[in-house]
Amino acid sequence: MSEIQTYSMNFGPQHPAAHGVLRLVLEMDGETIVHADPHIGLLHRGTEKLAESKPYNQSIGYMDRLDYVSMMCNEHAYVLAIEELLGLEIPLRAKYIRTMFDEITRIMNHLMWVGTHGLDLGAMTLFLYAFRERELLIDCYEAVSGSRMHATYYRPGGVYRDLPEQMAKFKQTKWTKGKDLTRLNEWRQGSLLDYLEAFTDDFLDRVDDYETLLTDNRIWKQRTVGIGVVSPERALQLGFTGPMLRGSGIAWDLRKKQPYAAYDKVKFSVPVGKTGDCYDRYLVRIEEMRQSNSIIQQCVKWLRANPGHVNSPDHKVTAPPRELMKDDMEAMIHHFKLFSEGYCIPAGETYAAIEHPKGEFGCYLVSDGANKPFRVHLRAPGFAHLAAMQEMVEGHMLADVVAVIGTQDIVFGEIDR
Amino acid sequence: MKKIFRYFKSMALLELLRGMKLTFSHMFKPKFTIRFPEERTPVSNRFRGVHALRRYPNGEERCIACKLCEAVCPALAITIESELRDDGTRRTTKYEIDLFKCIYCGFCEESCPVDSIVETNFHQYHMENASERIITKEQLLAMGDRMEEQISKDRRKDAAYR
Repeated sequence: MSEIQTYSMNFGPQHPAAHGVLRLVLEMDGETIVHADPHIGLLHRGTEKLAESKPYNQSIGYMDRLDYVSMMCNEHAYVLAIEELLGLEIPLRAKYIRTMFDEITRIMNHLMWVGTHGLDLGAMTLFLYAFRERELLIDCYEAVSGSRMHATYYRPGGVYRDLPEQMAKFKQTKWTKGKDLTRLNEWRQGSLLDYLEAFTDDFLDRVDDYETLLTDNRIWKQRTVGIGVVSPERALQLGFTGPMLRGSGIAWDLRKKQPYAAYDKVKFSVPVGKTGDCYDRYLVRIEEMRQSNSIIQQCVKWLRANPGHVNSPDHKVTAPPRELMKDDMEAMIHHFKLFSEGYCIPAGETYAAIEHPKGEFGCYLVSDGANKPFRVHLRAPGFAHLAAMQEMVEGHMLADVVAVIGTQDIVFGEIDR
Repeated sequence: MKKIFRYFKSMALLELLRGMKLTFSHMFKPKFTIRFPEERTPVSNRFRGVHALRRYPNGEERCIACKLCEAVCPALAITIESELRDDGTRRTTKYEIDLFKCIYCGFCEESCPVDSIVETNFHQYHMENASERIITKEQLLAMGDRMEEQISKDRRKDAAYR
């Protein structure tokens, strides 16, 4: 009988732990990984090419669908690139709103991440708790933009509309009335900012709950400590960004290094890990949630004290207010022009990057002076992280592949684009 | 000494018990979930659900076939044909939305100069075969008639922000 050689095994694309449509071809020696080969492209929708065929504003909605667990951050990179090429200055209030929603998005992303990562490694309850809080934040998305996920909220020149003064409330039913109803609607009595304040006051305790379930848990530690270790030098060489890089101990954060929106006006710190294993990256992300919470609190405070416009007064780029549009011929022309032809951007190229919950999300925009982009390239952090899959799992067991996929925070919308 | 202490701490399964205490305490906390078909979660007045065409209070349809929504639609989901009516005004003869193509971005509503096409807060609809995905002008107008009260209530709430 011949000796057993390594054999190849297909992981995904329909595997529940493969986070979407990841297909890994694993070369196995028993239960040890010899080689891992990620296959991508199953969720390719041609967003970059699609954007070349429509006016600038019309592609905003498609940016949401790239990384579909952190929607507004994708939009942010795209509108930032447009604003840079236009040389457009946006009102400070819009900058604060963007900062606040970027952080809301970061918490949403990390909640999704901690829930599914836990679920992959056998911690079921956490998933339910994380989604409970995520639901509350999705309501904020809905309150401002009208959509629970694909917001289309950021626009070149500002944001879609100002923050609402009222939140939608639960209605009385046969089962929910009296005290129960009051409890459900307790946070929803005031404006969106009141709601967010109540959320942020409560959220730190919730993060402590997640930590109670995971941080010291021996099963969690056995599954994550020492798995997928990346040295700081190697992390830089592999093009890691975001929590993946910070987990390896390099304090690189675009919010600090090249502040955009209102990040130079808020206080926060950048958590870094030590060993660069899955456990450190977990701790980094948990701490990032706390930091985001504090940024939201600061933004809420500022936004409360400073009402004002949320859109640039340049109506070549932003829609004129409704009443003006109906009374004023000039505004009417702007309205029709904006929604049909759009606006032309002077020829040139730019790269705008933001600190996405997963890393550096960039938008490289080339304009030839027309009303459509000549070329859009999107830099997805997950792509660089996935490319390191082979290096991170080599020599580990099959079950650790799941831990590494989880820790990379892979979302296929952005990788395949 | 420290080692022995750590050994006993580990044997006592303290961190697991702490976790179990947390999950057990949720037995006595009020539930976060609701009884879905009978109860609904709150829906924002900006919600972007299925479309509707509105009418003026006198029953005249608002849409003047300017085709701005058709032009702005990123997914090319809207198809409009129009002609002059006997009274000399221009109206649509065909107004169709392909719900499979639509990405619910809300641009059609934003662009409409006469507040005709709107995205209602209705989001629980279904179709039984693929051809029903295209909703016609009649269906859109009927939707508008049925939901006019809710539509205008939601728009009034948001008037100050537009």
